[in-house]
Amino acid sequence: MSKKILELQNIKREFVMGTEIVRALKGVSFDVMGGEFVTIMGSSGSGKTTLLNTLGCLDKPTEGTYLLDGVNIGGLNRNELARLRNRKIGFVFQSYNLLPRTSALENVELPLFYNIEISHEQRKQKAIKALEAVKLADRLDHMPNQLSGGQQQRVAIARALVNEPVMILADEATGNLDTRTSYEIMALIQELNQVQGKTIVFVTHEPDIAAFSSRTVTLRDGKVVKDTLNENVRSAKEALAALPPAEDY
Amino acid sequence: MNILNLIRIAFKALQRNKLRAFLTMLGVIIGVASVIAMVAIGQGSKQSIQSQLSSMGSNMITILPASNIAGGARLGGSTVQTLTIDDVKAIRKQAVNVSAISPAATSSGQSIFGALNWPTTIQGVSPSYLDIRKWDLKDGIPFSDEDVRASAKVCLLGQTVITNLFPNGENPVGKIIRFNNIPFQVIGVLVAKGQSSFGQDQDDVILAPYTTVQKRILATIYFRTIYASAISESASDDATDEITSILRKTHRLRTTDENDFQVRTMAELISALSSTSNLLTILLTAIAGISLIIGGIGIMNIMYVSVTERTREIGLRMSIGARGIDILMQFLIEAIMISITGGLIGVVLGITSAQLITYFLSWPTLVSESSIILSFAVCAFTGVFFGYYPAQKASRLDPIEALRYE
Repeated sequence: MSKKILELQNIKREFVMGTEIVRALKGVSFDVMGGEFVTIMGSSGSGKTTLLNTLGCLDKPTEGTYLLDGVNIGGLNRNELARLRNRKIGFVFQSYNLLPRTSALENVELPLFYNIEISHEQRKQKAIKALEAVKLADRLDHMPNQLSGGQQQRVAIARALVNEPVMILADEATGNLDTRTSYEIMALIQELNQVQGKTIVFVTHEPDIAAFSSRTVTLRDGKVVKDTLNENVRSAKEALAALPPAEDY
Repeated sequence: MNILNLIRIAFKALQRNKLRAFLTMLGVIIGVASVIAMVAIGQGSKQSIQSQLSSMGSNMITILPASNIAGGARLGGSTVQTLTIDDVKAIRKQAVNVSAISPAATSSGQSIFGALNWPTTIQGVSPSYLDIRKWDLKDGIPFSDEDVRASAKVCLLGQTVITNLFPNGENPVGKIIRFNNIPFQVIGVLVAKGQSSFGQDQDDVILAPYTTVQKRILATIYFRTIYASAISESASDDATDEITSILRKTHRLRTTDENDFQVRTMAELISALSSTSNLLTILLTAIAGISLIIGGIGIMNIMYVSVTERTREIGLRMSIGARGIDILMQFLIEAIMISITGGLIGVVLGITSAQLITYFLSWPTLVSESSIILSFAVCAFTGVFFGYYPAQKASRLDPIEALRYE
């Protein structure tokens, strides 16, 4: 908990839409320490997506400084941003974004193809290790269409883990899943956070999900309106156990 | 990003959609195969014309009467009679580049044996005619200089005449046939020479001593043609010059007069026919080349569709660390892989179809290495050229928009 992973100082982002200037972020500042599990909440139009793109180094702020693991992304070009995404960030998307007709193993290997320092053998070993971490070691050769939604999202999480990023950035990662499966995913994410000490930034609009995190940042109209530490973090494992058993109908 | 990784990525991407990759390839396959097959047909026909002509004797020289001026009116070559036995003797004596010479007096008429008859041509020649035409006897003996001196009524029969006069396979040698009611003893049988490259049946002929044909049939002292043989193919031009100057002397032409004869070499004929078949090759190649370009456009089209269809994939790749150049290279390598694989299959298919054409249609074909190398190079270039633009489009996508693309 010693190191600052994210440092946002007065981040502003403006878009020019025709003649109008849309201010999506109007000065957002907060830090995330290593090992934190932060949820970013906000209704649609709150600037959540813009903030996510900025955090994920897909977009650069118009104003303000953003330091990711000590690197100021303001001065980087497209290729340097790509490299930073490859080495420091693991993305998990709402719609999984797995490559079709490609095995789970190959999907997880994908980020390592873009890392020149990783050899062919290392790539496979790391991918297998990441799939073991999401408990899918027995599904290496399955294609995405042979996996359930929850399993596909776990493959996606393995893909986010494989490059050993400083931060996992999840965008509505449980949005397409039912309650039971989304609790399973949250249990996995909590485990990654608590046992392996991974820093997690989770963008969501469900307060239910936010309860599993250690801290919640709430956005409204492009500003941080609330930034609270969660005193009693709900355990996803217990929540899962408390659910009524899966009914057969 | 190393190139090996990119090739792996591109290969896996193609593997995910084998049918589409194959269909895209099909354009290139057909293009390359047709270039190779068409060039093979063109080259093959050229080669067969050349070999046919040289089997006729590539150092053969033909001397024909030419138009001359009689009282101001120009007369066509066939109406003019200028070549006589004196010309033949002068050339035989003086021309050092000529190894053999034979006059030819030609008449057409009806040949008769027993109850059968057949319209054909009799050629009055000297014994050296067989050497000039590189023609052998299948049976019997050739007539001699003695037969020429004596205007002997002996003849050699071509295969077509034999088929028509001796349909039951009896041996014609020793038999007496009649040509325009003049009896000739058959003393030899010519081997089949087949059709000439002009489609003329070379075997529909009777050969007899020229004196016999001149005196007994035509009643003339002139010849339709004189055939000569240069000592070698390369000496044909020198021989032509020699013959020209000798004939000008024997015909007593003044320096201002036009030649009343023409001297033609086989080499001229070969180059004239070759240029025709070269033109054929160029036309066929052009058509095939167009189909290769269409194949290339096919690649571009599919790569474009592929880029659009895989926008999310591109967005994902970018979000996990692919640079623009990585995406560009991936799509470019995919295009090149399609075109090169298609090219290889096309080469094999082209060679195979050339052989099938020869086998089933008995058209001569000649697969040239240059056409293989050229069409393969063109299709590799096609891959780069037509693949680049879609690949560039892919590499310039904004990852945020690409990820949200529906």
